[in-house]
Amino acid sequence: MLLLQVIFITEYFSFMKKSYQNFEDNSTNNMKQVKYRKFSLRFLLTGLLFFLAISASLHAQDGDPDKGKALFNTNCAACHSLDKKMTGPALRKVEQRLADDQGLDREWLYAWIRNSAGLIKSGDAYANQVFNEYGGAAMTAFPQLSDEDLANILAYTAKEKEIKVISTPSGDDGIETDGGSGVSNNLILAALGILFALLAMGLYMVNKTLRRFAEANNLDLGPETNRKPLWKSFVENQFLILVTAIFFLLISGYYAYGFLMQVGVDQGYQPIQPIHFSHKIHAGDNEIDCKYCHSSARVSKASGIPSLNICMNCHKSIYEYNGATTAEYDKAFYDGEIKKLYAAVGWDDESQKYTGESSPVKWIRIHNLPDFAYFNHSQPVSVAGLQCQTCHGPVEEMEIMYQYSPLTMGWCINCHRETNIKVKDNGYYEKIHAELSKKYGVDKLTAAQMGGLECGKCHY
Amino acid sequence: MSSNKKYWKSVGELSQDNSSVVEALKHKEFVEEIPVDEFLGDDKTMESSSTTRRDFLKYVGFSTAAASLAACEGPVTKSIPYVVQPEQIIPGVANFYATSIANGYDFASILVKTREGRPIKIENNTMASTNGTANARVHASVLDLCDSLRLANPKKGEADISWTELEAEVIQKLKTLQASGKEIVLLTQTFASPSTAKLIAEFTEAYGNVRHVVYDAVSESAALDAFEKRYGVRALANYDFSKATTIVGVGADFLGDWQGGGYDCEYANGRIPQDGKMSRHIQFESNMTLSGANADKRVPLKPSEQKVVLAKLYSKITGTSVAGKLSPYLEDAVEKTASELNKAKGNAVLVCGLDDVEAQTVTLAINEALGSKAFDTKTPSMIRQGDDKAVSALVADMKAGKVGGIIMCGVNPMYTLPNANEFAEGLARTELSLTFTMKQDETALKTQYAAAAPHYLESWGDVEMKKGHYSLMQPTIRPLFDTKQFQDVLLALLGKTLTYHDYIKANWKDSILSGSKWGQALHDGVFVSEANDKTALIDPASDANAAARSLAATPMASGYELILYPKTGMGDGQQANNPWLQEFPDPLSRITWDNYLTVSEADAKDIGLYLAPSDFFTESSHEATGGLNGKYAKLTVNGASVTAPVIIQPGQAKGTFGLSFGYGKKEAMKIEMQTGVSAYPLYANFNAVQDVTIAPVDGRHEFAAVQLHNTLMGRGDIIKETTLEIFNTKKSSHWNPIPVVSLNHQETPVTDPRVDLWDEFDRSIGHHFQLSIDLNACTGCGACVIACHAENNVPVVGKEEIRRSRDMHWLRIDRYYSSEDTFEGDNEKKDGFSGLSGDNGSLGGFVDMEAPSANPQVAFQPIMCQHCNHAPCETVCPVAATSHGRQGQNHMAYNRCVGTRYCANNCPYKVRRFNWFLYNGNDEFDYFMNDDLGRMVLNPDVTVRSRGVMEKCSFCIQSTQAVILKAKREGRPVAKGEFNDACACSAACGSGAMRFGDVNEEGSPISELIKDDRAYHLLEHVGVKPNVVYQVKVRNTNEA
Repeated sequence: MLLLQVIFITEYFSFMKKSYQNFEDNSTNNMKQVKYRKFSLRFLLTGLLFFLAISASLHAQDGDPDKGKALFNTNCAACHSLDKKMTGPALRKVEQRLADDQGLDREWLYAWIRNSAGLIKSGDAYANQVFNEYGGAAMTAFPQLSDEDLANILAYTAKEKEIKVISTPSGDDGIETDGGSGVSNNLILAALGILFALLAMGLYMVNKTLRRFAEANNLDLGPETNRKPLWKSFVENQFLILVTAIFFLLISGYYAYGFLMQVGVDQGYQPIQPIHFSHKIHAGDNEIDCKYCHSSARVSKASGIPSLNICMNCHKSIYEYNGATTAEYDKAFYDGEIKKLYAAVGWDDESQKYTGESSPVKWIRIHNLPDFAYFNHSQPVSVAGLQCQTCHGPVEEMEIMYQYSPLTMGWCINCHRETNIKVKDNGYYEKIHAELSKKYGVDKLTAAQMGGLECGKCHY
Repeated sequence: MSSNKKYWKSVGELSQDNSSVVEALKHKEFVEEIPVDEFLGDDKTMESSSTTRRDFLKYVGFSTAAASLAACEGPVTKSIPYVVQPEQIIPGVANFYATSIANGYDFASILVKTREGRPIKIENNTMASTNGTANARVHASVLDLCDSLRLANPKKGEADISWTELEAEVIQKLKTLQASGKEIVLLTQTFASPSTAKLIAEFTEAYGNVRHVVYDAVSESAALDAFEKRYGVRALANYDFSKATTIVGVGADFLGDWQGGGYDCEYANGRIPQDGKMSRHIQFESNMTLSGANADKRVPLKPSEQKVVLAKLYSKITGTSVAGKLSPYLEDAVEKTASELNKAKGNAVLVCGLDDVEAQTVTLAINEALGSKAFDTKTPSMIRQGDDKAVSALVADMKAGKVGGIIMCGVNPMYTLPNANEFAEGLARTELSLTFTMKQDETALKTQYAAAAPHYLESWGDVEMKKGHYSLMQPTIRPLFDTKQFQDVLLALLGKTLTYHDYIKANWKDSILSGSKWGQALHDGVFVSEANDKTALIDPASDANAAARSLAATPMASGYELILYPKTGMGDGQQANNPWLQEFPDPLSRITWDNYLTVSEADAKDIGLYLAPSDFFTESSHEATGGLNGKYAKLTVNGASVTAPVIIQPGQAKGTFGLSFGYGKKEAMKIEMQTGVSAYPLYANFNAVQDVTIAPVDGRHEFAAVQLHNTLMGRGDIIKETTLEIFNTKKSSHWNPIPVVSLNHQETPVTDPRVDLWDEFDRSIGHHFQLSIDLNACTGCGACVIACHAENNVPVVGKEEIRRSRDMHWLRIDRYYSSEDTFEGDNEKKDGFSGLSGDNGSLGGFVDMEAPSANPQVAFQPIMCQHCNHAPCETVCPVAATSHGRQGQNHMAYNRCVGTRYCANNCPYKVRRFNWFLYNGNDEFDYFMNDDLGRMVLNPDVTVRSRGVMEKCSFCIQSTQAVILKAKREGRPVAKGEFNDACACSAACGSGAMRFGDVNEEGSPISELIKDDRAYHLLEHVGVKPNVVYQVKVRNTNEA
């Protein structure tokens, strides 16, 4: 234990110049997933103080709270939280509470966890009280948990509640790196400017000095000729005007073309959604498979915005956000968004029940293909086995979802030209691929060679 | 200049008395001064106006600039997912549900394709063992669901009322009626529903004095009466035409809606020549019908003659002697027909469509006597139950005030009853009147309560279409409006709390399923019960002889006879507010948005209803634009009169007229759909045949016809046909020759690569789609036309636009009449022309050939984009908007099209359609694409085309691609036959005339069909190498 702490502290200090914000979660084993950022020393010290306070309390238990946490998350977290009544009661300091209030010992708890139904049947007063309090739903029995496991879990539940550290990162947080390069550019520019100014001044001085020399040597420089102004000679030179006009026409043509070509192309479209759903947290931090939520992408043309009951699969137990936060999106913000979900789906978090009053979420659609283009998600997803990111970009890094690809026809076609068909283990392609590749004299056919460029494959 | 030449600009200048106009025009551009001062001379007004010309230009400039700038900004699109997504729904993937339509007129087991919970298309349920497949009306019924004029909630008079209030009030009134002993009447459509029958029995029991009257708008009561009398069941004999080699129809349009329809599939089976055999079909009829058009021999005659013909046939088959006189021509026809029937015996079948119990009895007796295998009394058809006498009695009782309360469902007697006024009187005398209706129709306006009924796609139900053959109806969408179905309300009136769904389920488990799984039945949509008691034959012979004698004694009608018939597109008229059906071209007349009086040319000339086909100097049947015109005629039957426009119908029996039901509906109809005239006022005694007097009426009627030229002019290569005899005895090169072209003065087949301008691509790799259309099997029913509409978001353009030949149908069924007695006669006549003028000259000869014969041969030819491998449209597109795919499809990239229409001009088949307007966003075209409800049936996988672009059949590339993608996803080759139902038309084709598929798929039906001896390409000599093949039409002219 002590060794662990030592290692931990060493690690801690080795990251002195970086920071992490989800202090509570990462007090033990989550170091790798943390996004480190700069933060002030004061914050660090506060953190350290808390850390020491927790580590002090660890010694009071005989189980291992770390192992306990893992066990808790696997077995108990679906119905229990430490500090909040969910399907089952809040479990922080459950052992102590039972001992103090009911005079029940750890053995009772073991019996309850391993076979609550049996305990209830035996007529145990408190067991029946709990059973009735929670709507007569018996707790799942966990006979597979050993004494040690249970001790570990109880050790975990016995931990003091950590006081939330409200992150107060400084304003320039995150911009600094960009700022660095900006400064150096400016510096170079300024230096260049000064250099040119010096050069101009030098030339002027040289000129002046030379004149003075000339005057001193009585050299006649001749009268100042009355030269035509530059613009006048330009205006009179019709060739130059023609060239300039053509030049300007070409330039404006280029920009007009550019403007027209982007009409209707919404690359980077990033609307504000009614619920701030962070793909970064779900797909990135928590590594949820895209197709867990967008399941219809496997079989349908539409990838499908998940219905709210899919959200509730997890969010029935995840009622608050405990991951990394930023100044813009702090814990209160994310918790608020989860509340929005509850309101939409009609979930009463207090009573842990559906109220039946739901209001569907009106998401703003980001990827809008025109109606005359048919696209079926199941082709690239299930048949070709492409990653979603191929078209949708690094979704796992997107705090707010945006349109990554231009979704233009040229973009589609380019990919079809470059991508080979995934023939492996697909009986459909066997015959046609053999025949066609022989005809084209290639080993592997691209989607285009299979007919993926034909108009009617997408437009009907 | 010394020239004396005088140049003149107009005839006016030449004449001696030079008018002042000519003089004035020499000096000025216009004869009169332009009245500029009138609008610019008034300085006072000009000055007082706050908007000067400059200001105006500024405003215009600014708003144009603002509008164009704003257009650069993309719209914000919202996307709203489910809160809780139903397990079986995946956005973007279609779900199919098996259900049934049973609207009292159309009955079919179908599959409903739904997308995101919206039904968008009807398909055939291949598991169904009942008659027929979905017809055009059934395919169109999905649009009725999304009718913006549906009744949204129950009403009491004008005011809205809640269901609880309505039910409470109705129960109150029913209780009062029960207490006072007054009669309660249930007037309903034919349900053919075992559960509803049980429910009505329970209702009868609960309220005591209840009478249930079943009413079919277009009655089959005579046939039902005859069958009931003979076999003890109120049902209709069932026929399997695939088992018959000789088919005789007497006034029965069995390929149309005769006795509920649905016989075309089996009929078509027997029409495809196999092993040198095909069925022979002889049709005796007055109106030109689909059945007559498909017949090998068609005998036009009056309905009164039909009765005698039937009696004589009976006598010749059974040996009973009957009197009766016929013209020698008919005698001869009867003689030959009888001998054919007698020869075929058990392989023959005779059907009759006369609304006459005796005729129907004789028909049953004839089939019994023949021992017809196609004739089936054991599993009779249950889809018509109406009883004319009961309906007439009910109207009389209501008028007499004997009926206390009436509850109606699925009927609209105020529109369909010939004596609607009497019904209205009777309705006013009831204490309770309630109708279940989807519309605030004629009847709903007269009843105290109008109960908003759900569409069948929102309802539960069960149907026993044939005895022992059950189908289930299940909702495919949550009710769009505050509706409740009849059966649910009946349950409420009985004080039961269970829903009709529970009721059906319980009833099926108790009495139908006999141990089978309910879930499986619901999944399949159909269930065939093993327990099927045989119909007993009651008193077979005696009354048939009497009936035949009585028939034979039918006096010949002295005047004109009118035959009322249901039109293929409109049926009994309950779907009249359906724009797809309004724009559906009638298979025979090819006229849309109308009904009309069909008159033979001879009669039209006699009565003064004739317009010359084309004439510069007098009134013409065609305008310069090509629009078809007609005169009006006033028809009077029993004092009831109707004025209808007239068309000349080739094949119409002399002395008869035809007028279709289903039109002239006014209530709860969009203005544009209020077309035609109602024939129901003439439907006295529910008899489709009426003695009629006729008189011409002033005025010209403008028709919207999609085909203006009716004959083939001897172009035998467009519809190739031959006779069974030649087909069996000669080589295919004789009756299906490959066209030849001249190469170095040598006749060379057009298929020879040397005569081709183009290099051939290798099409043996991958898929290559082709479509085969069998002209023998195609009955012209038009189900494919509507299926294509639904699948491909084809817009409806309206009557005015159709008249301008701007119809948008991707798939049309061309109908041709022969000018001589046969098409072969046309060919011979054309080949026999010599020189320009003279008796045998082509000049006059071709004019003659434009006119169809009085009793022509008819041929149908479905035409869609032929997907030419050497497509002429592709080479002329200046922007390469249309191009060819490796899979054989001719692609059309709408977003690339700039609308030059070169392609349409260069298309030899005239299948390309141009979007003259933005039909989906223009209030002028308020059909279905223009309101949110109607848009629900749009297929999300197919682009809704915009104004200014060409469109055409795509071989349903969205479906072929979907099949391919499915196979790719599952990592397997495309399964055998998987492509067959990809095209909406071939999937809808119940008769098997259309077969679609991949010709590179070994053993697929299409790969065989394209090599068939009968296969040919349309206009093959053009050398465009189409991917649609037609199968030569073979006629069975062998008079046995």
